[in-house]
Amino acid sequence: MPVQEMQSAESVLEIDKLKVNFYTYEGVVKAIDEISFALEDGDTLGIVGETGCGKSVTVLSILRLILPPGRIESGCILYGTKDACIDLAQKNDEFMRSIRGNDISMIFQEAGNALNPVLSIGDQVRESFLLHQQQELCKSVLKRLSQKGDRQSGYRRFLSWRYQRKLRRAAGNGLKDRRYGRLLKIEAMRWSVDLLRNLGIPNPDELVKRYPHELSGGMQQRVVISMALACNPAVLIADEPTSNLDVTIQAQILQLLEELKKRYHSSILFITHDLGVVSEVSDKVIVLYAGTVVEFAEVRELFKKPLHPYTRALLHSVPSLGSKKRLESIGGNVPNLINPPSGCRFHPRCPHVMDICKKQKPDLYRGMGNSDKSHLAACFLYQQEGAA
Amino acid sequence: MFFLKKRRILLGFEQHPRLNEFTFSLSRILKNPLSLIGLSLIFVFLMIALFAPLIAVPEKPEEPFRIPHEGYSVVPKPPEPGHPFGTTTKQYDIFYGVIWGTRTAFRIGLMVVGSILVIGIAVGSISGYFGGIIDEIIMRITDIFMALPLLILAMAIVTALGRSLDNIMKSLIIVGWPIYARTVRGSILTIREEDFVRAAQAQGAGTFRVIFKHVLPNAIYPVLILASLDIGAMVLTAAALSFLGLGAQEGYADWGQMVSLARNYIVGPQGQPFLYWYVVTIPGLFILFFVLGWNLLGDALRDIFDPRLRRK
Repeated sequence: MPVQEMQSAESVLEIDKLKVNFYTYEGVVKAIDEISFALEDGDTLGIVGETGCGKSVTVLSILRLILPPGRIESGCILYGTKDACIDLAQKNDEFMRSIRGNDISMIFQEAGNALNPVLSIGDQVRESFLLHQQQELCKSVLKRLSQKGDRQSGYRRFLSWRYQRKLRRAAGNGLKDRRYGRLLKIEAMRWSVDLLRNLGIPNPDELVKRYPHELSGGMQQRVVISMALACNPAVLIADEPTSNLDVTIQAQILQLLEELKKRYHSSILFITHDLGVVSEVSDKVIVLYAGTVVEFAEVRELFKKPLHPYTRALLHSVPSLGSKKRLESIGGNVPNLINPPSGCRFHPRCPHVMDICKKQKPDLYRGMGNSDKSHLAACFLYQQEGAA
Repeated sequence: MFFLKKRRILLGFEQHPRLNEFTFSLSRILKNPLSLIGLSLIFVFLMIALFAPLIAVPEKPEEPFRIPHEGYSVVPKPPEPGHPFGTTTKQYDIFYGVIWGTRTAFRIGLMVVGSILVIGIAVGSISGYFGGIIDEIIMRITDIFMALPLLILAMAIVTALGRSLDNIMKSLIIVGWPIYARTVRGSILTIREEDFVRAAQAQGAGTFRVIFKHVLPNAIYPVLILASLDIGAMVLTAAALSFLGLGAQEGYADWGQMVSLARNYIVGPQGQPFLYWYVVTIPGLFILFFVLGWNLLGDALRDIFDPRLRRK
């Protein structure tokens, strides 16, 4: 099976035949149809596709944040290394809460909307610490209490006793909401300031007291990134983090992500509809079309030699500097996902359409005369060469 | 706040941001003339209510809300030494009545609106956040309440429960919560879809944390403004019900009841329509200023506590 080929020993996240449907009044929207891919440790995997092809739905279902009427129908979401791996699709909500933000975290599309307007920046950044790093925070508070001065006042002894109790409770079930205590919150705030400073944000002490609307778009995006990175996640999902920033800020943010990936040893799942951005940041790319994976390749390989007719058409419709050719568009429209085309979902718009395309859903096949194992396309054109 | 400062110095922690915000809010209130008027009105009433036993010394300390009266003459008497605001029908002392009536007014306003807020916010956020069949059921119940005129429904409930001030309060709570639930639900429905709610969930926050920390603070402003305006309005409605004869027994220190008591003397005899002006005007003015105070304060609070208007 092609899925096995795509996996390697050190993949941290594997999606296997994931299927997501939305039950609306008009009918069942088959948003994601058996998507499979793997994210390798330390890699950046780009997910490219046009609006509505299911990029965001895919990553939200990884975090199990699909709201009704959406539902994960089938498939596995395997998180972790080969020997200790868990299927997130089967876990309950409480377990998912311990994963979200701690092991897998997400940078949201529009930073301005992803920040709560009534809470200060510090309040929001420290929430990750408060939710996931209670024990470490308690220890840090206790250390600070024991350091302060030589004289042990009664009040400080009382505080130490209280936070030791909190530490024990955090090690057990975890502290419940609103039971953190003042010092724990202040400690978390201190950590947030350090975190923001580490991200190269100027004047973080001032910044944590501000509210989101007082910041510029680029700054908001940095804050959102810092929230996602707070607990040092193994997988970072970036859902179009640069889509509404101007180009200079975009470059800065992309550079920041690149640096952070190296520093924190995270793997990034990078979603975008911008082919330029994808070529900049990712190592491997998945091209999505109407809820299906149409191509998987190394990023250079994809731009040099696109295999799938859709990818080719997509690349032809991007303007390139200095070329005077007329831009081509892809004929036809994006299919309605309530009634997707039979067989290959791209066949009504495909210039190379064959009979089999209308009847059968293509697997991922290896590219023409290509020794490289990691370039696969879901098209019957390659069936003979690279029988999988 | 010196103890806070001392502890801060002792432990070396910086000033709590919430304290900063509080001082900022306070300075905003004190700079706006309208809110200052509202605030001072409320403050004056609060002082009257607090020091009622000193201003108007009760004759029987065990039941201070009973207005003292001398004799049973039905004709009111004008202000005179010993009765600074005069006496109303059956010689009840108006001064004593309005002073102790302030306590009653605060009790009605705060308890009714407080209970309505708690019920309305709880029901509204459950309905708005969870949606689906729960939402449907709760909203149809509120529809039933809102289909009937507020005052008529309240009257019917008081009549069913029996005539008393406590029953007026109960009926106002029963009648009042659906509007609050509606308002909270409406704003929660819009907030629920915002990205930051999704972001909070993606950070690993649980349902209740999301509701209380992320959704409610964004959704609560309209309902808080409604509440501060409603404290006055609820007192007014209670006075209206009292006036209709559904309130406390005769002689209880309650503004509405006092106006009701003087019903026959609102207009004086032929040729002297203002002869008994004091029987209605004085309790009426107390009601007027009390309601005005809360309304001005409510308006000011909206401008100050909405973070989107706050630092303009």
